[in-house]
Amino acid sequence: MSREGSKAAVGSLVHVGIAAKYNFLNYFRARRFYVMLAIILIIAGLLTALVGYYRPPGFVDGGALGFYGAGWGSFASIVVVLSAAFFGGDAISGEFQNRTGYFLVPNPIRRSAIYVGKWLAALTASTIILAVFALAMLANGLFYFPGNVPWEFVESFAFAWVYLVAAMSLAFAFSSLFKSSSISVLMSVILLLFVFSVIDTVSSLVAGIEPWFSLTYGAGIVSNILNVPYPAAKTVTPFGPGGRFTVVSYNATVPEGLLILLVYLVVMAVLGLVLFERKEFTS
Amino acid sequence: MPPSIEARQLTKRYGQFTALSGLDLSIQGAKCVGFLGPNGAGKTTTMKILTGLIRATKGTALINGVDVASDKKAALASCATLIETPEIYPALTPKEALSMLCEIRGVPRQDKNKRIDDALARVKMSEWADKKVGGFSKGMKQRVNVASTLLSDPEVIILDEPSSGLDPRGMSEVRDIVTSLRDRLVFMSSHLLAEVTEVCQEVAMIDHGKLLVYDTIENVTAKFAGGGGAAEVGFAGNVDEQLRVRVSKLPGVTSTTKSNDRHLIVKYDTAVLTQDKLLESVAGLKAGAITFSQASGLEDAYLSLIKETL
Repeated sequence: MSREGSKAAVGSLVHVGIAAKYNFLNYFRARRFYVMLAIILIIAGLLTALVGYYRPPGFVDGGALGFYGAGWGSFASIVVVLSAAFFGGDAISGEFQNRTGYFLVPNPIRRSAIYVGKWLAALTASTIILAVFALAMLANGLFYFPGNVPWEFVESFAFAWVYLVAAMSLAFAFSSLFKSSSISVLMSVILLLFVFSVIDTVSSLVAGIEPWFSLTYGAGIVSNILNVPYPAAKTVTPFGPGGRFTVVSYNATVPEGLLILLVYLVVMAVLGLVLFERKEFTS
Repeated sequence: MPPSIEARQLTKRYGQFTALSGLDLSIQGAKCVGFLGPNGAGKTTTMKILTGLIRATKGTALINGVDVASDKKAALASCATLIETPEIYPALTPKEALSMLCEIRGVPRQDKNKRIDDALARVKMSEWADKKVGGFSKGMKQRVNVASTLLSDPEVIILDEPSSGLDPRGMSEVRDIVTSLRDRLVFMSSHLLAEVTEVCQEVAMIDHGKLLVYDTIENVTAKFAGGGGAAEVGFAGNVDEQLRVRVSKLPGVTSTTKSNDRHLIVKYDTAVLTQDKLLESVAGLKAGAITFSQASGLEDAYLSLIKETL
């Protein structure tokens, strides 16, 4: 009954590429890619129009670095969070809720290859979105400050991309944890946009503890790098009558920030993969 | 050579509920094996374990001698599957979705397009090959799913109710396809006993997670169908109670059951009556009998083995 020669053994790395290719094709053709692109273009368009009309001092009076800090630095993290949640939030849970996993999983392919392939596809789609936003900011920057692209902007873009990779891992972990696509997307957005920020604030302002365990604290390097000089690692600001009270704020240094992002990337990627490996297709 | 499909003490529990209870099943050779049982009997659970969609709580599932739980990739290397009614990425076309599976299964590049075209032609989906799946009906998607099992010339094909969601023509076409695949092992679950009788040589029956019988359809029928013969008689008009009683009273007839508005299943004692004599007797009633066919004993066997449906 052997049917040798009709097919060849396929390596897992090739399987990763196949899963990535077709998932990216699905993303690229789907409405969500264009919705996300439209959101980014609207944000970039609004920034362009508002800066062009009102010429806010924060944008145009602080030199090229100030411009990129106020534009890119303020919005890059939001773009990262939305992209990670949009493309990664339901990447795995969708396989269960939409039953597409029944088409893909019962094949001679490891679940890990599917997971990594989908992760790469989501990361590619998100990187395109982030790059479009960066290009829009760059075009604006070159309009106001021709020929002046600060190196810090390039660094900030690189840090934003690392943040995107880490945020994608977190979104994939949530996606593997939940079977409902909407819950996993919502949890990713809420956690990345609000919960981590609250943790950062409570930890530093209330408890006086450096929030080294927070992803968004690490991601602070995306905007901090656009400040010259780089913000101090710890700032104590007295307030109240006679300066009796103090407010402590922390800023991750670049190595600290990169380390936090890297740890999240690895831990969340492994956690998500383990969850996906163990998750059952029960309906 | 190891059995193509083997379940060793396969057990699956969901909390307190036991879906499979120490299932032992060993199937080898090129043939079609029907997998029958009531809802909740454990058919789909067995197939999901065999295809790596879920894990067994205890026991081992092997395909071509390879443990699915420890190496799904190797176990399914020469296996095509259709479990429940899968969805396909909506933004892909059938051609692209099948191309993905061809690449995963290692179909040579030079053969890929021909295999896809042939598979889509067999399920009558050629003209939809380049349209996005997202706009397809459930039946059209299931046709593409059936096509997906034909791509890589597999040694083992596992089909979980492949006719699900198809119209009568689609069901008939799937039966023809499965019949044409009997040069390999096809393991197919179905609730349609007529379908199983038509396309399968062997049958495995399962209930409450336990295997009740695995044998050829002839042996199962002979052992469990209660003996005697059975025929299905079709009438031009509706079968009323009066007509049923008239047929029941024919010499040698042991029981009659309406299978639908215009058909009766007539069981008869083969020691008293032959099929041709029964046909003559029914025609002699001049009650508008227009069709006569031998009925499968599989239903009887099924009903005698499986006493209740969940």
